[in-house]
Amino acid sequence: MSTDVGNGAAPSGTEVRKLDRVVIRFAGDSGDGMQLTGDRFTSEAAAFGNDLATQPNFPAEIRAPQGTLPGVSSFQLHFADYDILTPGDRPDVLVAMNPAALKANIDDLPKGGILIVNTDEFSKRNLTKVGYAADPLEDHSLTETYQVHKVAMATLTIGALENTGLGKKDAERAKNMFALGLLSWMYHRPTEGTERFLREKFAKKPDIAEANVLAFRAGWNYGETTESFAVTYEVAPAKLNQGTYRQITGNTALAYGIVAAGQQSGLPVVLGTYPITPASDILHELSKHKHFGITTLQAEDEIAGVGAALGASYGGALGITSTSGPGLALKSETIGLAVMTELPLIIIDVQRGGPSTGLPTKTEQADLLQAMYGRNGESPVPVVAPQSPSDCFDAAMEAARIALVYRTPVLLLSDGAIANGSEPWLIPDVEDLPDLTVTFATEPNAPDGTFWPYLRDPETLARPWAVPGTAGLQHRIGGLEKADGTGNISYDPANHDHMVRLRQRKVDGIEVPDVVVDDPSGEARVLVVGWGSSYGPIGAAARRVRKLGMPVAHAHLRHLNPFPKNLGEVLRRYDRVVVPEMNLGQLALLLRAKYLVDAISYTKVQGLPFKAEELQDVLADVIKGVSE
Amino acid sequence: MTATELGLPALGGLVGVPTADEPQKAKDYKSDQEVRWCPGCGDYVVLNAVQSFLPTLGLKRENIVFVSGIGCSSRFPYYMNTYGMHSIHGRAPAIATGLAVARPDLSVWVVTGDGDALSIGGNHLIHTLRRNVNLKILLFNNRIYGLTKGQYSPTSEEGKVTKSTPLGSLDHPFNPVSLALGAEATFVGRAVDSDRVGLTEVLRQAAEHRGSALVEIYQNCPIFNDGAFDVLKDEAEAARRIINVVHGQPITFGGGDYAVVREGFGLGVAKTADVSPDDIVVHDATDLNLSFALSRLSTQDLQHTVTGVFRNTARTTYDDAAREQVERAKAAKKPDLAGLLHGKDTWTVAG
Repeated sequence: MSTDVGNGAAPSGTEVRKLDRVVIRFAGDSGDGMQLTGDRFTSEAAAFGNDLATQPNFPAEIRAPQGTLPGVSSFQLHFADYDILTPGDRPDVLVAMNPAALKANIDDLPKGGILIVNTDEFSKRNLTKVGYAADPLEDHSLTETYQVHKVAMATLTIGALENTGLGKKDAERAKNMFALGLLSWMYHRPTEGTERFLREKFAKKPDIAEANVLAFRAGWNYGETTESFAVTYEVAPAKLNQGTYRQITGNTALAYGIVAAGQQSGLPVVLGTYPITPASDILHELSKHKHFGITTLQAEDEIAGVGAALGASYGGALGITSTSGPGLALKSETIGLAVMTELPLIIIDVQRGGPSTGLPTKTEQADLLQAMYGRNGESPVPVVAPQSPSDCFDAAMEAARIALVYRTPVLLLSDGAIANGSEPWLIPDVEDLPDLTVTFATEPNAPDGTFWPYLRDPETLARPWAVPGTAGLQHRIGGLEKADGTGNISYDPANHDHMVRLRQRKVDGIEVPDVVVDDPSGEARVLVVGWGSSYGPIGAAARRVRKLGMPVAHAHLRHLNPFPKNLGEVLRRYDRVVVPEMNLGQLALLLRAKYLVDAISYTKVQGLPFKAEELQDVLADVIKGVSE
Repeated sequence: MTATELGLPALGGLVGVPTADEPQKAKDYKSDQEVRWCPGCGDYVVLNAVQSFLPTLGLKRENIVFVSGIGCSSRFPYYMNTYGMHSIHGRAPAIATGLAVARPDLSVWVVTGDGDALSIGGNHLIHTLRRNVNLKILLFNNRIYGLTKGQYSPTSEEGKVTKSTPLGSLDHPFNPVSLALGAEATFVGRAVDSDRVGLTEVLRQAAEHRGSALVEIYQNCPIFNDGAFDVLKDEAEAARRIINVVHGQPITFGGGDYAVVREGFGLGVAKTADVSPDDIVVHDATDLNLSFALSRLSTQDLQHTVTGVFRNTARTTYDDAAREQVERAKAAKKPDLAGLLHGKDTWTVAG
């Protein structure tokens, strides 16, 4: 192997085409290591300086029967020489490791796209398993429609590892690294990072590490030495804002946001939680950072998780719980208690397809109304939503700010697409992070010289946070209605009415930044409003229609409760308002109810993010309708 | 008997909780709220016993917290001049767990009932006991749902006729002590509300125990299940029925006329005169099998009822272990937020 392998230089003897962006999808059996392969290619792209966005897609079953359609796992990666917003609608390149992966993904590959197939898995048995009567690779329609590269990846990998002493089965398992090597060659990716990664990952099994490195190099050399690939591609580094970047997934960014909130508030963090897809990685990540004063408590159920978090908050810690939709349903009563006791609490809901167990590994935005209203009584809870994987960091800090300043539970609505997707993150300077310091009550506050736990700050309407252990401030709180001020139990009708309105007023009065409208031309008559993970596809679609000469404005909501103060005015400024959502129109319902705006709701609930191309059509249609 | 007296590590349940500068009286623990239980309710007796007992611990009042669920007994915190949270149905152990983990300087008490702890909150109860969180759980067992006005509870006898079971209840009841021991609780005791001395003694041992302490208190509901424990309150009947156990002592009752002896894999009752003194079982609160066998001597019909401390044994508490893990992590690694955010793989874009 030559020493210039992997320095990002052009391989010899092939035509080099320059591209501004490429979407690659690795697809295989869930045991084929496609997530790892995609992840490594992502790191290579990041190290090279491309902008990128990724989207894994995997089955809910850990290992569905091998070679079947339900067992297909894929990883899509979009990298470019400019700032991109989504993991891409459709792949330019599809790597299919078996017939099931081909069948499940081929319809997404546009005409003329590159298809790289591992032919070794195309046995009669495997073909039959997924309903292919004949080998599609022998079918001319496939070769006529796509640029097909048939590569016996398993055979070539086993051959490359012949002298390692590894058994055939172990050797064959490195075929994903062969695929990665081949793709790395095609796209001139730097490779030192992957080799270093493999040696670290398998540090305890040096023979496996070496086998993977060999397979990776064999893939690279296959591209270099055989003549089946006439063209390689170059995607130049992106011109991103100045600073230091890293690649980060939504769940990791959320966990880091929690760590940072603990540090910036000076409070110990207690995460009480119960494992649930796709939120468990937040628990996994936070459990690694106990040296930041973080306690993670894997409770017996969702209810105990949020209960422990609330108990910790009562004791003066920052209590957090993390879950997905079904778990949020179970936590409702405790969130109501947090509303009544007015204690800080962060509830993270990484939304997935519902109702009920629904689609555990797929994405959806259908918990918005549950977050807003899914409790008994008038039970207002602030709601914030991140718009991209890296934005989860800021969203977590913002949730902590609101919880601590206003002494309230806060719901943070992430989703499966954000949680597992990744993108480059401009790492913030720790010095610039907001100060979240809180002041506990230490002195009696009432005119009669006693302590009233429900005597409020006149500006924020927050009640004092008097933690047990504070002398002279002994008091009792609970779920029963409180007398205004004293906090004693009260069944007085007028007091209840007053307290219901007071709790609502407190949440309505939370200071949130105005929503910013993106309308480069300033001439838009149509506004598209989104929230959460649809930021990428909506933003990309807006760019596309603008390129076609149609102005459109985009507003994306971080704050869903309370809405930004300028939102009503923003909505009224436009002739039409379009609201795309991965639900049946929940934000649209809220906007219509609150602002009497005739919003056009565009909805899709397929468990997958919007495609920019479909939203482009939606926006273009509305814009044309307005100009006619 | 305390854990210390058993030759176990001298780490009491109250270590780390600051002590009061001044001696305290029962009235120091009474809040300004009017007590609103029904006249004759057993809860009054327990409240008085607790308010009289707490001053003997000599703790700072502000470092004591009562957390309750929902039910008549769960109003308890409002009447205590300590910190308190009246939470939601069945969840007090979960909330108290978070509090205990976050705050080693608090003495945390859970007040619950048979419906709250054993029905809606059964899961939290067994897991709290299994983890051995340093909480004192007072389970007021009146064998009925009082606050919802008289439905059968998970400790009501089979066939019980109530508002929700006019033809008789079909449910087989829990024996709360057996349940707690099955969950490997490190401290389990039982007392009768009217027995102030016995109750106080169990409370004292529970307070000094480091770990979860479940104390079942038989408590009379004069409105919906009046007289449920009357046979234990009649002097003559009580003598025949109540078997009070003390660690290290031979188990006899009825003025010494009766004794507990081994019977098959469990325990039975014999006339002391009929057995050799060597056959009388000596209570060992560290022996889980013996504790469990004792719990099975108590029957739903109160033919025999064992009181006192069934089990008192030391095991690392969950909250101590959780804090130790954090402290060890802190000692091993300095928190470096910038380092965490940067991770291993970064790249820099020049301006």
